[in-house]
Parts: sequence; structure tokens; C-alpha cells
Amino acid sequence: MSKIAIIDSGGANIASLVFAFERLGRSAELTTDAAVIRSADRVLLPGVGAAKNAMDRLADAQLIDVIRGLKQPVLGICLGMQLLLEGSEEENVECLGVVPGIAARLPSTPACPVPNMGWCATRKTSDHALLNDIPDDSYFYYLHSYALPVSDCTLATANHAKPFSAVIGRDNFVAAQFHPERSSTAGAQLLSNFLDDSL
Amino acid sequence: MVVKGVQFRNHRVVGGILELAERYCAEGADELVFYDITASPDDRSVDRSWVTQVARVLDIPFCVAGGIRSVADAEDVLNKGADKISINSPALAKPALITELAKRFGSQCVVIGIDSREEHGNYFVYQYTGDPGKTIAAQRLTMDWVTEVQQRGAGEIVLNCMNQDGVRKGYDIEQLAAVRAVCNVPLIASGGAGAKDHFLQVFEQANVDGALAASVFHSAEIPIPDLKDYLAKNQVDIRR
Repeated sequence: MSKIAIIDSGGANIASLVFAFERLGRSAELTTDAAVIRSADRVLLPGVGAAKNAMDRLADAQLIDVIRGLKQPVLGICLGMQLLLEGSEEENVECLGVVPGIAARLPSTPACPVPNMGWCATRKTSDHALLNDIPDDSYFYYLHSYALPVSDCTLATANHAKPFSAVIGRDNFVAAQFHPERSSTAGAQLLSNFLDDSL
Repeated sequence: MVVKGVQFRNHRVVGGILELAERYCAEGADELVFYDITASPDDRSVDRSWVTQVARVLDIPFCVAGGIRSVADAEDVLNKGADKISINSPALAKPALITELAKRFGSQCVVIGIDSREEHGNYFVYQYTGDPGKTIAAQRLTMDWVTEVQQRGAGEIVLNCMNQDGVRKGYDIEQLAAVRAVCNVPLIASGGAGAKDHFLQVFEQANVDGALAASVFHSAEIPIPDLKDYLAKNQVDIRR
């Protein structure tokens, strides 16, 4: 069975991702060990909190170039998605740069407060194996203040005052702005797809 | 055990934590909040092993409230798998804690619970509401506190309207609408839900981001799928 590594980016919600794989009958190893990450069949980069803090932690663990050099499928989640980009407007931090784009602050309007916390209908804009068997306009759970505007890497969008990238992909790097581990059956399907050989 | 009272008094046991968590998750609840209502009044913290057990079975977000008095307490709860922490009495005792938590974990997981009661035409914050013998007025106006917690980094506010709690007469629309006007972060209505139309009213008239209820779900008086069908039919954007 393929090996799943979850990069320990210091975010506090990582336990729930491990549990989500347990519910799929799979075990995932939480690690900052470069050798374990390089040899895994699937790598996840989760994260919550501030982008700069997370990048500092990856730098301290000497994982920046390790992640940039990965060839197997890598899934960024929430802040982990933003870390895959070139940078974030949040404290103008430079990120990993494996997917083009800069995370921008979400617009705050009376109807759409920031942070965006809650379930948002999510629409596919492109066919990708990561989104197989997920009905269009499925709801996923979001918790964020920054997001990637819609770009040519966008695979699915959601709305917060205006559309933003909900799921992105470039080469072996894919990412979701929402939390699949907390998005009920639709989220479980996405995690299951990520493990599928077709990816 | 899960308990429920009426206007924060006379609590009775309504079921086991995991059993209810799994039931609500299967029925389509969008989020669960676990309140340890005795944690602050007794000056003790929760036994938190249950948080991990809940995190294992739930595939929807959940928030833990009660007994979180420090960054270390919060870290423990979040590391055990909770998605958010909610603080109430400890934030009133030490408002700087809100800023510390937001800086360390991000505003998105810092929820401030506010117990508010209408008195003489104004709204006031109450503290230590888990124990009727220890509940005190916090000497703060609700609107002032709502403004301050946002400035300090709160990512969400749950407003428990005490006059309405557990009596099933409907949410306190007037108070929630007044708070909504000064609240730029997600606002969750709590206290008073007794019928499906109460939920519709609070979304339509107070423009809240979420509606929290306990009694009507614990008793199965309002099945969650029925409620969601009803809200969706009435143009409320809701996951089904």
C-alpha cells in the first residue's frame, strides 16, 4: 500500500487530517523528515495560521527545497495551498513558488465577512482526477482570510463576494483552499481521489 | 455527558458525547460546538481526552468551549483535533488573551462566546453563566464588547441571548440585528430556537451567518434534514 506523508507544518489542526485518512482505512505519517517525505507516494502539506510563521517553520526544518523538488502527487490544504504559491499578501511573504500566483486578502463586505468561515458551494471549472465523483456545487468547509484569485491553474471555484480558486493544480502539485478533512462525504471523496492511482 | 438547561439553569442529561456527535454528523449538521459549561465556574479545566475521540469520528468542523484560559490550553485543544476554540469568561477576565490566541493560531479559529441579557433597554454581558450561583454581570455593554473582541482579533462571535435560552420562543432578532450592525466577522445566533420558522427569521431578519440550537435537536423535535429542506426552499443558502 502506498505511503502517505503529512508534512508537519506546525499548524494545530493536523490531527484531524490524520483521522480523516484513518476513516478511509489508511495510515498517514506526520513528519518533518526529508527522507520520509521524499520516499512517500503521496505528500500532504496542511497548515493553519499565518503564512510567514509556516514558511519559517518549513525553512527551519530545511524543507523548502525538498518540497520544491517533489515529483509525486502533493496536496496542499488551506494555508498549505497558499504556501505552494509564489507568495501571499499576508505580511508579503515569499512562498514555495511551485504554482504561479499570489494569495490575496479576501474582500470584506457586509454580506461576506472575513475570515470566510463556513460551507461554500464549490464549482468545477476543469476536469481533474482529484475532483472525480464529486458532484458540481458540492459544499466544502472553508476557514481562511486569503485566497488565490481565479487563474489558469484553477480547477474549481467558490465565491466570497467574488470567485476565488477553491482547487488548483500544476504538474504534480494540487491544492484545496477548503478543509477536505472537515468537509463530510465530499471531502472524503477528494482525499480518496488523491490516493487513487489515476492521479 | 451532554446536558441542557433552561435559561442556563436546571441542567439535565440528554446523551453521550460521541453518540450525539455521530448522530448530528450523520443528520447533516454543519458544525458542532461542545460547551463545558462547568469549566470556568469551578476554576478547573476540561478532561480533554474526549476531544480526540470526537475528532476521530467527526468529518465536520467542531468547536470546543470551556476552560480555555491560556495559549497552552488552546494549543492542547487544537492539537487534539478541534477546529476552533471558543472563549467566554476568560476573555472577559483577560481581554489580551484574545489577541494572544489570534496571533498564535490565527483569527479563524478564535471564537468569542458572549452571554448577553437585555435589561432596562440595554444589552449587558454576563460571566460564569455555567453555574447559576456564580453568574455575574460583567459590567460591560454587549455592543462595546462585540466591538472590542473584533479589534482584539476574534474571528467569530457566538451571541447567546440569555433571555431566550432554552425557552423555544424564537431567537432574539432585535438584539442579533443590533449586534450584526457592529459585527464584521461571522456572527452565530444562539438561544431560543423552537421551530423551523425561527431559523428562517434569524437568517432573513438578523442576517446572521449561522444559527446554533440545542434543545430542539437533542429532543429530535426538529430533524436537521427537515430543517435544511425548509430553509433551502425559502432561499437560504445551506449545505444539504
